[in-house]
Amino acid sequence: MDLVIARPEGLYCPPGDFYIDPWRPVERAVITHAHGDHARWGMGHYLAAAPSEGILRTRLGPDLPLQTLAYGESLDHNGVTLSFHPAGHVLGSAQVRLEYRGEVWVASGDYKVEPDGTCTPFEPVRCHCFISESTFGLPIYRWPTQASVFREINDWWRANAAVGRTSVLFCYALGKAQRILHGLDADIGPIVVHGAVEPLNRVYREAGVHLPDTLYAGDLAKNDPRLRQAIVLAPPSAGGSTWMRRFGDYSDAFASGWMMLRGTRRRRGVDRGFVLSDHADWPGLLWAIEQTGAERVMVTHGSVAVLVRYLCEQGLDAQAFDTEYGDEEEADLVARQESTEGDAG
Amino acid sequence: MKAFAELYARLDATTSSNAKLAAMRDYFREAPAEDAAWAVYFLAGGRPRQLVPTRLLRDTATRAAGLPDWLFEESYQAVGDLAETISLLLPESHHTSDDGLAVWMQEKLLPLRGLPPEELAERLPPLWAQLDRPSLMLCLKLVTGAFRVGVSKLLVTRALAAVADIDPKRVAQRLVGYTDLSHRPSADSFQALIAPESDDEHAQRGGQPYPFFLAHPLQAEIERFAGLLGPPSDWLVEWKWDGIRAQLVKRDGRLWVWSRGEELVSERFPELERLADCLPDGSVLDGEIVAWKDGRVQPFALLQQRIGRKTLTAKVLEQAPAAVLAYDLLEWQGEDWRQRPLGERRACLEQVVARCSGDAAIQADLLDEHAAAVEHAVLMLSPLVEGTDWHDLARQREASRERGVEGMMLKARDSRYGVGRTKDVGVWWKWKIDPYSVDAVLIYAQRGHGRRASLYTDFTFAVWDGAPDDPERKLVPFAKAYSGLTDEEMRQVDAIVRRTTVEKFGPVRSVTPTLVFELGFEGIAASNRHKSGIAVRFPRMLRWRHDKPVEEADTLETLRALLP
Repeated sequence: MDLVIARPEGLYCPPGDFYIDPWRPVERAVITHAHGDHARWGMGHYLAAAPSEGILRTRLGPDLPLQTLAYGESLDHNGVTLSFHPAGHVLGSAQVRLEYRGEVWVASGDYKVEPDGTCTPFEPVRCHCFISESTFGLPIYRWPTQASVFREINDWWRANAAVGRTSVLFCYALGKAQRILHGLDADIGPIVVHGAVEPLNRVYREAGVHLPDTLYAGDLAKNDPRLRQAIVLAPPSAGGSTWMRRFGDYSDAFASGWMMLRGTRRRRGVDRGFVLSDHADWPGLLWAIEQTGAERVMVTHGSVAVLVRYLCEQGLDAQAFDTEYGDEEEADLVARQESTEGDAG
Repeated sequence: MKAFAELYARLDATTSSNAKLAAMRDYFREAPAEDAAWAVYFLAGGRPRQLVPTRLLRDTATRAAGLPDWLFEESYQAVGDLAETISLLLPESHHTSDDGLAVWMQEKLLPLRGLPPEELAERLPPLWAQLDRPSLMLCLKLVTGAFRVGVSKLLVTRALAAVADIDPKRVAQRLVGYTDLSHRPSADSFQALIAPESDDEHAQRGGQPYPFFLAHPLQAEIERFAGLLGPPSDWLVEWKWDGIRAQLVKRDGRLWVWSRGEELVSERFPELERLADCLPDGSVLDGEIVAWKDGRVQPFALLQQRIGRKTLTAKVLEQAPAAVLAYDLLEWQGEDWRQRPLGERRACLEQVVARCSGDAAIQADLLDEHAAAVEHAVLMLSPLVEGTDWHDLARQREASRERGVEGMMLKARDSRYGVGRTKDVGVWWKWKIDPYSVDAVLIYAQRGHGRRASLYTDFTFAVWDGAPDDPERKLVPFAKAYSGLTDEEMRQVDAIVRRTTVEKFGPVRSVTPTLVFELGFEGIAASNRHKSGIAVRFPRMLRWRHDKPVEEADTLETLRALLP
C-alpha cells in the first residue's frame, strides 16, 4: 500500500489522513521545515520537529496550532507511526518517517548531507520507499567543501575591507544567512544584517547555535564609518532596492548552489558568486538514496525527470511526484515573476 | 595555465573596464613573454582551427565522467557551454600543472590537431587530469574555440600600451594581423608589440594593413541633420555597400587582401590578384568587396556562397564574380596618408583607380550608361552621391533597396582616418535604411547559451500561409532570432514559454502560439532550403506586439512581396 500519494492539496497519507507540507489549506499538516514553500498558512493543525518551533512561530505567528516532537520520538495516528529525523537542511528541518503495517516510507522534504554546525546533521533512515527532492539533480552540481567556500568569502570580505568598500552578500534569510554567519571570520570587521535576517538569528541563538555578534542595518547611519569595513547579509530581494543606497561604494556577491554555473552567476549581475547550498548535490542525493536502502524512490521538485531516469537505470523503482515546492533562490534568480510552474527542465 | 586562468577569473568577475584593464596590465607585466603572447592572441579574438572534433571531445568526456550520453546531454542543456559542462563533469583534480600557457598550447594542445580519434581519446583524459577546475574550463574553451571574456580588442590595446608606455594607436597598428591563422604567437611577437617605438618600424611592416576605421550609426530626424552635420558640402556621401570590408595592400611586388576581421583573405579572391600588376608598390586601398555582375552589385547572399567554399571552381567564380569598390587611400608611395584629410585622399584615390583601369575613372554607378563596359573591372570607385541639401539626399536614399545597398555613408570631408570606432580625428556615419519588418508568431523556443543558459531565449518565428479567412491556414516557420529583448522581457517570455509548452523535442519546446513580435531583418531572398521558401538576413526582435493577437500576424504573402 502506498503510504503517501500526490493530491491537489499536497502529499497525502491515506491511512493516517494527514498531509505532508501541503500547499493548500487542510485539516492536518505535517511540516518538514519552515521555508515558505513547505510551511504555509491556514492549516487546522501543524505537527513539526521540536527544533523548528521557534522559526515556525516567528514566521507563521505565535499562536500557531502547532504540536512538536523531538527527533526520533514517535507518535501514533490512525495506526500510522510517525517520527521526525534530522534532514540537515536548516534549523529544525526533518525527514518524516511513516510506518504502517510493516511498510516504512520516508519523506525527506529538503535535505543536505554535509554537516554545517547550525543544525542537526542529516541522518539516513532505512525505509522501503524514500521521497527525495531533486533540486540539484544533475551531475554538474558537485559542491566544493564548505571550508574552501568560507575561505573564499572571508578573502573577498578582507580584500574589500582593505580598500574601505562594503561587502554585500545576498543570501536567503533563513538557514543560508545563519550558516554564513557561522563561517565568517568575525575578526575582519563588523557584521551587519538586514531586517529580514535579524529575527531568524535570534531564534538560532536561542536554540544554542553559535553566531557571531551582528549589527542591525537599521541601527546604522548612512555614513557610519563602520560600514566601510563591514560585511552585510541581505536577502536577494534587497538587491537593486532603495535599501541598497545606504552603502556608498560596495562589492556584491550571491551565495547559492546555482552560482555553480557561470551563466547564472553572470545573469545575477553580482561581482562574485559563492557556491553554497542547503541542498544535497548530485553525489549527495545518490548517497542519501543509497543509504536508505529503499527499492522505491519518489522524486519531487527539481530535476525530476533526470533523477527518475537515472535511478531507474540503476535498477530502482523510481517515479515522479508532482508538487508545488520550489526553490526560493531559483524562483528569485530565474523567474522573478508570477510564473506558477517550477523549472521542469 | 594557472596564471591565465586567474586572469580569466578576474576579467569574468567584473563589468568595469578599468578593472579589466588593471587585470590585463598586471598579467602582461608578470607573465613570461611566450605566455603573454598567447594571452594577447586569445584576448584579441584569435581562434586556432579546431583542435579536436567536438563529437569526440564530448564522447571522451562522457566516458571519463562515467555518465550515460543522455545525462551528459541534459547537463549540457542546463549549462549552455560545452567547455564548462565538461569541466563540471570530469573527476576533479587537486593539483594543477605549473606549465604556462605557451607550453600548453604548443606542446600539449596544438599537436592534437589531426590525430586519429583513438589516439585523441587516449591522450585527452591524462591532459585533463593535470588541471584544476578553473584551468580545465579555460583549457577546454581554448580547445573548443569558445573563449570569450568580454574584453574588446581596444581594451587589450590599451592594456598593452600602458605596459609598453607607448601610444595605443601604435599598438593597434602592431596588433593588426596578430590573430590571423598564419601567425604563431611567440615571445618575440609579444616583445614586438610592447617594444619602444622606432624609426624603421614603418619600413618593416610587410603585408600589414592598417587598423580599420569604423562608422557610427546615425539616428536622427532629417530636420536635425543640418544642425548636427552642417551643410552636405562638408561631407562625402557614398552608398553603403553590402559586402566585405577590405584593405588591398600592395608592397614589395605583392598584393595582400585583408578583411575587417584582420584575416588574410587573398586566396579567397583570386580575381583580385591581377591588381598586383597595376597598383604601385606602397599603396593601401580601403573599400568593399562585393559580388558584381551585369553592371550592378549582387545580393550579399551570392558573395556568402563563395566565402564558405574550400575550393573555388570556375563555376563559382562565374556565378559570383568579386570586385572591389574602393573609397579610401591609406598609403601612397609608401607613405602613411591616414593623417591627411579625406578630400585629399579621395582625389588621389580617383587617379590611382583610373590608372589601374587604364581608362577614365570608372564609377561603379549602376545608372552609369557605361555600366556594361565595367563588366570585367575588378577595381572601381565607390561613387560619390551629390545632393543639393539633406532632404534631397534623403530622397535619393529611398532608392537604396533598388540599388542593392543598405543606405548611405557620410564621411566628413576633412576627416582623418581613425582607429576603430574613434571620433577624435573626424567621423564616419552610416545612415542605414530602416530594416524590413513583419509581425511574426513565436512557435518554438530553445534555451540560450552563456548568460542566457537555462532561459528560453532562442526562438523560431512563423507567419501564416494564408489569409485570415482561410480556415485551413497554418503557421510556417521562416526565421530564428534571439536578440532584441530586454532582460526583463526575456524573463517574461521564458515564463510564458514554460507555461505554454506543447511538446519537447530534445532542447526545443513547441508552444501554443500566443506571442507576436515585430521582427526586423536586413535582407530577404528566395531559398529552396527553407520550408517557407524564404531566407532573411540578420533577423532580430524589434518589439513585442502585446497589442496584436496571433490571428493578425503577417502572412507569407507579405514576405513574398518584399522579395527583390
